[in-house]
Formats: sequence, C-alpha cells, structure tokens
Amino acid sequence: MTQLAPAPSTLTPQPRPRQPRPSHQGGTLLAAGEPMVWLLAAGLGMAIAMISGLVALVVWNGAATFWPVPVVEVRTLDGSIHLGEVVRSDTYRPDEVVLQSIPEGDREAVRAAIEGEGGLASRRLLRTANFDLSGTHFTWVDDFSIAPGGESNPEWAVVVERLEWGRFVGVPLRGEQGGAVVAEGEEATWTWYEDHHAEARRLWRERRELKSDEMGALNRRIEEARLDLRRAELREQAPPEWVTAWTDLSRARAVHDESGIEASRSRLAAIEAAGFRPNERFLEAIEGYEAIERSTEGEFAALRGRIEDLDAQLAAEVMVLGTVDGQEQAIPLAEIVRAVPQNRLSWFGRLGVYLDRWMEFLLDDPRESNSEGGVYPAIFGTVAMTLIMTIAVVPFGVLAALYLREYAKAGPLISAVRIAVNNLAGVPSIVFGVFGLGFFCYVVGASIDQLLFSASLPNPTYGKGGLLWASLTLALLTLPVVIVATEEALAAVPRSMREGSYACGASKWQTIHRIVLPRALPGIMTGAILAMARGAGEVAPLMLVGAVKLAPELPIDGTLPFVHPERSFMHLGFHIYDLGFQSQNSEAAKPMVFTTTLLLITLVAMLNLMAIWIRARLRRRFAGSQF
Amino acid sequence: MTDAPATTPPESPPPAPAPRPHPRSVGRVEAPAARDLAAIARGEIREAMVHAEVGKEEPVVEVDAFSLFYGGYQALHDVSMRIPRGKITALIGPSGCGKTTLLRSVNRLNDLIDGVRTTGDMRLNGDSIYGRDVDVIELRKRMGMVFQKSNPFPMSIYENVVYALRIDGQRDRRVLDEVCERSLRAAALWDEVKDRLHESALSMSGGQQQRLCIARAVAAEPEVLLMDEPCSALDPIATQKIEELVESLVPHYSVLIVTHNMQQAARASDYTAYMVLGRLIEYGPTQSIFQNPKLPETEDYITGRFG
Repeated sequence: MTQLAPAPSTLTPQPRPRQPRPSHQGGTLLAAGEPMVWLLAAGLGMAIAMISGLVALVVWNGAATFWPVPVVEVRTLDGSIHLGEVVRSDTYRPDEVVLQSIPEGDREAVRAAIEGEGGLASRRLLRTANFDLSGTHFTWVDDFSIAPGGESNPEWAVVVERLEWGRFVGVPLRGEQGGAVVAEGEEATWTWYEDHHAEARRLWRERRELKSDEMGALNRRIEEARLDLRRAELREQAPPEWVTAWTDLSRARAVHDESGIEASRSRLAAIEAAGFRPNERFLEAIEGYEAIERSTEGEFAALRGRIEDLDAQLAAEVMVLGTVDGQEQAIPLAEIVRAVPQNRLSWFGRLGVYLDRWMEFLLDDPRESNSEGGVYPAIFGTVAMTLIMTIAVVPFGVLAALYLREYAKAGPLISAVRIAVNNLAGVPSIVFGVFGLGFFCYVVGASIDQLLFSASLPNPTYGKGGLLWASLTLALLTLPVVIVATEEALAAVPRSMREGSYACGASKWQTIHRIVLPRALPGIMTGAILAMARGAGEVAPLMLVGAVKLAPELPIDGTLPFVHPERSFMHLGFHIYDLGFQSQNSEAAKPMVFTTTLLLITLVAMLNLMAIWIRARLRRRFAGSQF
Repeated sequence: MTDAPATTPPESPPPAPAPRPHPRSVGRVEAPAARDLAAIARGEIREAMVHAEVGKEEPVVEVDAFSLFYGGYQALHDVSMRIPRGKITALIGPSGCGKTTLLRSVNRLNDLIDGVRTTGDMRLNGDSIYGRDVDVIELRKRMGMVFQKSNPFPMSIYENVVYALRIDGQRDRRVLDEVCERSLRAAALWDEVKDRLHESALSMSGGQQQRLCIARAVAAEPEVLLMDEPCSALDPIATQKIEELVESLVPHYSVLIVTHNMQQAARASDYTAYMVLGRLIEYGPTQSIFQNPKLPETEDYITGRFG
C-alpha cells in the first residue's frame, strides 16, 4: 500500500552509532562455512561411491560370466584326479579333519607348509561338471593337496554345454555314426564334430519346431473343437452323462465293439427317457468335434512319424568323450549346444565364444531350470509389462491430477485425497500384489471368464495371474508417482499464461488442453519416467499376479488373436530371485544372477533413456531458446 | 500485482496517516470540494470529479457504481465511469489503488479468484457484463487484453496470433493467414517476423513478445482493448514502440490502459482517470488532468509530491 504521508519519526530516523560487526577472519570456523562444505561434499561423495560401487560390482561379475576360463587337470596326493574350469579361489584356515584326508606320508610336510603360511591355505573351486557320472557339479581343490607336478592344462579338454545334465568336461575320443566309428583320436574327432555339429543342430531345431509349432497347432484345433462342443453343451443344457455316453458310443462304433455299442445305447436311452432330447444343432456340434478328432488323428500320426525319423537321425551321430578318470560318455551331437576346447583358444577365439554365449543369453529360451541358456522370454515379459503399465498409468494419473489441480475446489476433502495419494506411494508393494490377485484375478478375471470363456471353465483364462493383471497392478502401484509429478508440472504453468488464454475467450478445458497440458508435458513425462523406473524394477507383487519361473509361450505370438494378455509371463526381476534362491545348481546359478541383474539394469536404463529422449524432443518443441 | 492478485490480495489500507498540510493546497480555495485523502481513507463518501468533456463522448464501456471485494477487503469503492469509444483512456494512481482490479473487472478475469464479490454493473456497448445470465466466455471473446508481463503461449508465433480464432474452431487456412498478417501488421511486427512465423514465440525478444501479445489481443477484432501496464517490463526503446503502436490503434479500437508511468499517460492517452484507494478521484481529458487538474490531490500526484 502506498504510504500516504509518512510519519515524521520514520522520515527522519535517529542516527544510531555504527556497531562494528565481527570481521570474517576473526569469526568462528562455522561462520566461515568451511566445515559445512566438507560435510555436504562428503554426503554426496558417499552417495556416488555407493552407487558406482554397486554398478561396478554388478558389471564386473555379470560381464565375466561368459568368458571362457582355462581348464585345469589336477592330481592330488591321495591319487584322485580332477578336470574342470577354475571358477574362483579363496584362502581359508584348514582344520585337523582336512589334514586327515592327506595320505600319512605327506601329512607332516603339508602341515609344516600351512603353518609356514600362518595357518592359511588357498584353494580353488573347479567346475568339474559331469553331473550324470559324478553326481556333483563343482569340486574344491586344496592347493596343498596337489601332488608335485600334478597340475596341467590339457590341450584337448573340451567343455560341452548340453541340453541336459549341465556341462560336461572331457577329452574327445571318437565320433560314431549309427554305431560305426567314423573318427578316432582327439584332433580327428574334433574336426568331425565341427563338420557335423551345425547340421545336427539344424535338424534338432527342425524337430523342435515340428513339436512346438505343428503339434501345437493340431492340439489347438482339437482344443477349439472341444470348446465349441462344450459351448453347445452349455447352450443346450445337456447333462454331462449324455455327452459321455454319446462319446463312448462313437468310440465303440469305431472299433466295432458290439457290447460297448449296446451299453452306450441303453445309457443314452435312459437319459433321453428322463427328459433330455438333443436337437439338430447339438448333434451337429458333436459330429463336428468327432470329425475334427478323426481328421487330426491321421495328421498326428504323420507328425509323430516325422519326429521319430528325426529322432533316429539325431541319435545316430554321437561324440564319445572320455573323462579324466577314464570313464566314457557318448553325447549325441544334437544335444550339444556348444563345445569349447577352452585351452586351445586364442584370445580372439575366447572373445568369439564370449559373444556367442551372450547372444544365446539374450535370444534363447532358458534350460536346465533357468541356470543355463537364455532369458529372452524374461526380457520380452519385462519390456511388455513395463510398456503396458506405462500406457495404463499415464492417462489415468494425468486425468486424476488434472481434476485435483484444475477443477477441484481446495478444501479438506481434496487435502485428504492428496494425502491419501501420497501415502499410497509408501504402501509396501506386496500389498498391491495381494490387491491385484484379489481384485483383478479373482473378481474381474473370474467375471470375464464367466461371461466370455465359460466353455473352458474350470480352467481359468483371465481368472489367474497374467500379463494384463500384472501390468494393471503395477500401474496402481506407480499411480501416485504420476499424479504427484503431474500436479507439480501443472502447478508450474505460470498463471499469466492461463489468464492470457482466458482473456482470449478460451474456456477452461480449451485453456487446459491447448496451453496448460503442452506446457506441462515435459513434467508429466518426468513422472512417467519415474513410474517406469519404479515399475520395471518391482518384483514382489508380480509373484502373486502372473510372473512365473518358466513361460515358454510369449504373450505375443503368431497364434490368433496374436496378443495374449491373459498369459503368464517371465520377468527379469523374478528370474533373478528364481536363480538366486530356487536353483538346484546354486553355484552355477550365482554368476547368472549377476548377469541377469546387469541385463535388468541395462534394460531399465534403456527404457528410461528412451523416455528422456522423448521428453527432450517435447521440450525443444515447446520452449525455444529464451535469450 | 497483476501477476498474482489471487494469492496476494492487497492488504487492508494502513491506518490513515495524519493529514499533512500542503503549502499550495492551502491557498486553493477555488477547488469546489477540497478533498483530503485521509477523509477518503476513513471511508467518507465523496463524488468523483468527472470533467464535462467525458460525458460528450460515446461510451464503449460504462462502469456503473461498481464495487469489488477480495473477501472482506473492499478494493473498489462505488466506481462509475464511461470509457469513450475510439479513444485511449489511461488509469493512473499509486500502487494498490485498484486500477488493475478495475481493468480486470471489465473482462471478469477477477472471477477466477476465490472469494471475489462485486456489486454494481458494467456495460459493454450497452450489454450487461455482470448480469445474471451473461456467458463470461462469450463476453471475453469481445475484448482483448495485454498483460503487464508478456505471456506468449508455448507455441509458434502464427498459432499465438490466431489463438482466439482457433478456440472458436476456425480452420480455414485463408482466414487464419489473413488475420495473422493483419494483426501482426497492426502490432507493427509483421516485417520482423514474417519469415519465421512458425518458430516458437518464446524465441523472440521481450519487446517483440509484448507486441505479439498485442497482435493476439487484436486478432479477434475486440470491441475494447484492455492493457495492464504493457510497458512496465520493457526498456525505453521498446516502450516507445509500444506507445506508438497503441496510438496507431485508435480510433479503430478503444483502449483502456493502466499505467504507472505518468509521462506515458500524458503522452499517449486521450483521457485520464486518477484513482486512489479504490476510488475514482478525477477523470477528464488528459490535457486538463495534467495541466489544469481541478483537485489538489490530483495535482499532488501528477507533480510527484505524492505516490
């Protein structure tokens, strides 16, 4: 307000003797501010150190997993002999029990050697593999227990990654085709293997496709026909006994079983006497089903024949490997994913194997209960779930925030809603999982099943965990993030801009839609990015609403209707948990945990970078260089 | 004040200071009603001194016993005035005297603020502004407004200018192009921006942005153009350009302009209204207000003794 006539006292202030303020140099240390700077810098430094430490640990461990390491052969003092890849080594303090396992003659020398080292001994973990022969995947070897000169790197030690039983380490002895030896000796066998392996794998893939694609298509046709029949049954309200009797009758007819025909006829007659008469449409549905069953029978037989042929062909080519303790194992070429003579490889050879293993990891299905093979379905599931979640949560959250910020009148109710939204962000994520299971799966999904998929009940279609329900559950989980970020972005739009729009005669919605939203879009994108980052890394609720250990069928594939949001899916986060805690071969799974973590981090970072890139483009569109 | 009147409605008037006898006002006995500001602040009702020339003009906006309250605080006291058509009318007065509030009341922008209450009415070319069934949006479409701080929208120069037509659903490219050029020419901006119409409006200089806002305000052929201290954030050269621009807009447009700068009011307006404490004090042709004010308070203000 304007000072109309300043009071005389303020107009002419009484002069006050100037008090000298304490000088900067003479002040306390705190006044100079230096300790605070150090404290703040230390806080930031610790945060950076922790984050970079975490990333470095994951990157180092994860990146090293697939590198081919040397294979060593060791002969111990007690005469046993091991061959395997060196996984890691450590030092420990051996006790008397350990020493008892050393032959008596050497015991004292070993004891003296250990005491010379201050009671510490080093040991190495060898991946000796050959689980089908030895019953163990890994063996610890004490360095002190190795016989003098008992360690070597055999040139022809080959690490075989196979479809079953984990890895095999041995020396190639001979190649056999249909029982006849076609190659003998290490080098000849290896050359023969390299010549024939690719073809064997090609046939194997062909067999896999026959089994999964064509067999699957046949099965789906039968399943479709069965569902049609079941729908007709439900529509005509046929008693189930009638249907079984009818089916028995047609089976009996097919095999000319006269007594069976009689028995079924009398059962049918009894039911029809009780009041049910099948009409034409129902009989047609039954006949349609039977026709499909008959026609597919022949196709099934043909397919089975082709698969059996392939099986025979695949079983004929076998590489026989000898283990270090003299046993022999024949491995069909088709079952060998990759055989690597790790000691013979040059550095570039190792790099090639390394990259090949990474490709398999990224593009293949898992095998050996997830501890080997790839994680492609998990990558697909993670990305698909995150994208569906983002598509679901952003519009929803933006609408809610728009109402809260632009339309709702400030008051206790709105404050309560806002507090509730903020608190929602702090609810443990498993609670959302429980809600998703209880609401989406058991209420919404079960209702959808009742309405649209009643024929396949009691098998649930939507009434169980699946990609859609998992995405919606995470959308709820990340909703507060989007609402809060959007509200802040809306609040940051200058009032002058809204007033300019109103002054032009724009309505409230026109102002929001043409001025406020475009201006707030980068901020809204920030919210979406935060939501994506949070959602992609969330695991706990997924365990309840659809993430599974193994889901070979992707949610998007070539089968009608191409998109299957009801399917269970694999998720990288859940995969890490599964590898780390549910794996039988935990020592082999451990490096995969790190590799999968590395992949998950990279994936989340890439999704975020994509969103940040979109946001940067939007910013450029809506804000020019001001000066 | 213009930027955020909602969040900071002017605080209550300070306790009336003791009247200070003015050496010149003592001798001016010819003043018909010697007003003293302290009396006004106490709430004594006085008639505004409206010069006779104002009554001869045809009004575009008539303010009729208009009062406005921000919650419990009364910002405008029973203001009545007629804004002449085709002329520039300046509102002057010390900060917080209600001139911006009065301006924003004409297109009912104050409606957006919670707790605002009004009495009295205004008329735009005879149509009630505060009537019961007035469509505020239709009403605002008949006026243009330029704000203290330029507020171009975050879109291209072209889209800024044709914004009012866009929200009316105008899609005909020819009409839009024509309006855009005419408005930018009216705002003396065409030659500077005709080659970059589709660049962001935010890349322009401050003075250009303000002229763009004027172009936007005149694009829909408003019946009255409201300007709220349009030059307060500009340097002298940009200010001069805007002043020349405003002068070129009459008599095609009627302009009501709030200004803090008395030279500007003296230079660029036809009529001047002087307000204090939410009341209209004196209103008349600019020349007589500045050269021969009828009230000592007005003279004090324009000579810089007060305010």
